[in-house]
Amino acid sequence: MTQAAPTLMRRIRGMMFKMPLMITCEEFDDFILAYLEDTLSAREKFVFELHLKVCRDCREYLAAYRASLELARKCGKEPDEALPPVPDDLVQAVMEARGR
Amino acid sequence: MQKGDRSSATEPDEGEAIAAVANADPAAAERFVRKHAGWMLAVAMRIVRDAHHAEDAVQNAFAKVFDNIGGFGGRSALKTWMHRIVVNESLMLLRKTNRSQTVAIDELQPVFDNNGCRIEDRWMSMETPETLLMRSDIQAQVNGKIDLLPDNYRIILVLRDIEELSTQEVAQLLEISEANVKVRLHRARAALKRLLEPLIRGQAV
Repeated sequence: MTQAAPTLMRRIRGMMFKMPLMITCEEFDDFILAYLEDTLSAREKFVFELHLKVCRDCREYLAAYRASLELARKCGKEPDEALPPVPDDLVQAVMEARGR
Repeated sequence: MQKGDRSSATEPDEGEAIAAVANADPAAAERFVRKHAGWMLAVAMRIVRDAHHAEDAVQNAFAKVFDNIGGFGGRSALKTWMHRIVVNESLMLLRKTNRSQTVAIDELQPVFDNNGCRIEDRWMSMETPETLLMRSDIQAQVNGKIDLLPDNYRIILVLRDIEELSTQEVAQLLEISEANVKVRLHRARAALKRLLEPLIRGQAV
């Protein structure tokens, strides 16, 4: 099992994240959705990407978040041409309901 | 359905089909049902996750389509219009169903220490989506994990990331604020990421 960064390392990073233009990982997390939708202001994007440069944990987190999102998008639905045939009883039910 | 489909105008052959269906031509109506029921059933299944309920949703959706197709003015592509109808009918049925065996969403959220630093196991290796997509069981694996999300989160992920609706559209359909859609989407994605971690870390069999 892989380990999280040790407490001392996190404490040092915690101090670094208090410097100007720096944000914490928790604040970074709040921006992920807007970053991926490209709706951050230029300043917010700069601050987000600055954190990304200095924080390995968030780089890895974001990479896994993106990978998971891509899997959901690609696996979530089958292309129309790969769909199973329409059940005849469904077609009949729809047509009967229309006739009523 | 691709995003581009939604903005395109009604296809040329659809105009005739719409007119025939609106004019109660049974043969045209059946061709119309056969053409569209497959993808509508797939959409409904992704939302209600139950074959019986999905068929009900599609039947209800066709009833709405037949009732309103005369007034369909081609403001959007026909498929886009029908997609919204089947999504809406599926959501109505979903509210009546009780799915079990979902996970607690809070337990799958990222963890931070008192300094706001992320506590995350180090990623020693990461499989790329391209590699994972070559697995024969990948669809079942991913959809199985999506299914574990509680419905009020799962549905947002399905509508936004799979059905490709906008935040605004999802907010309107679910009668919640756009901010709420964004919060739930982010939490759903974070939870799914956690559930898919064994696969992405290359630890899954």
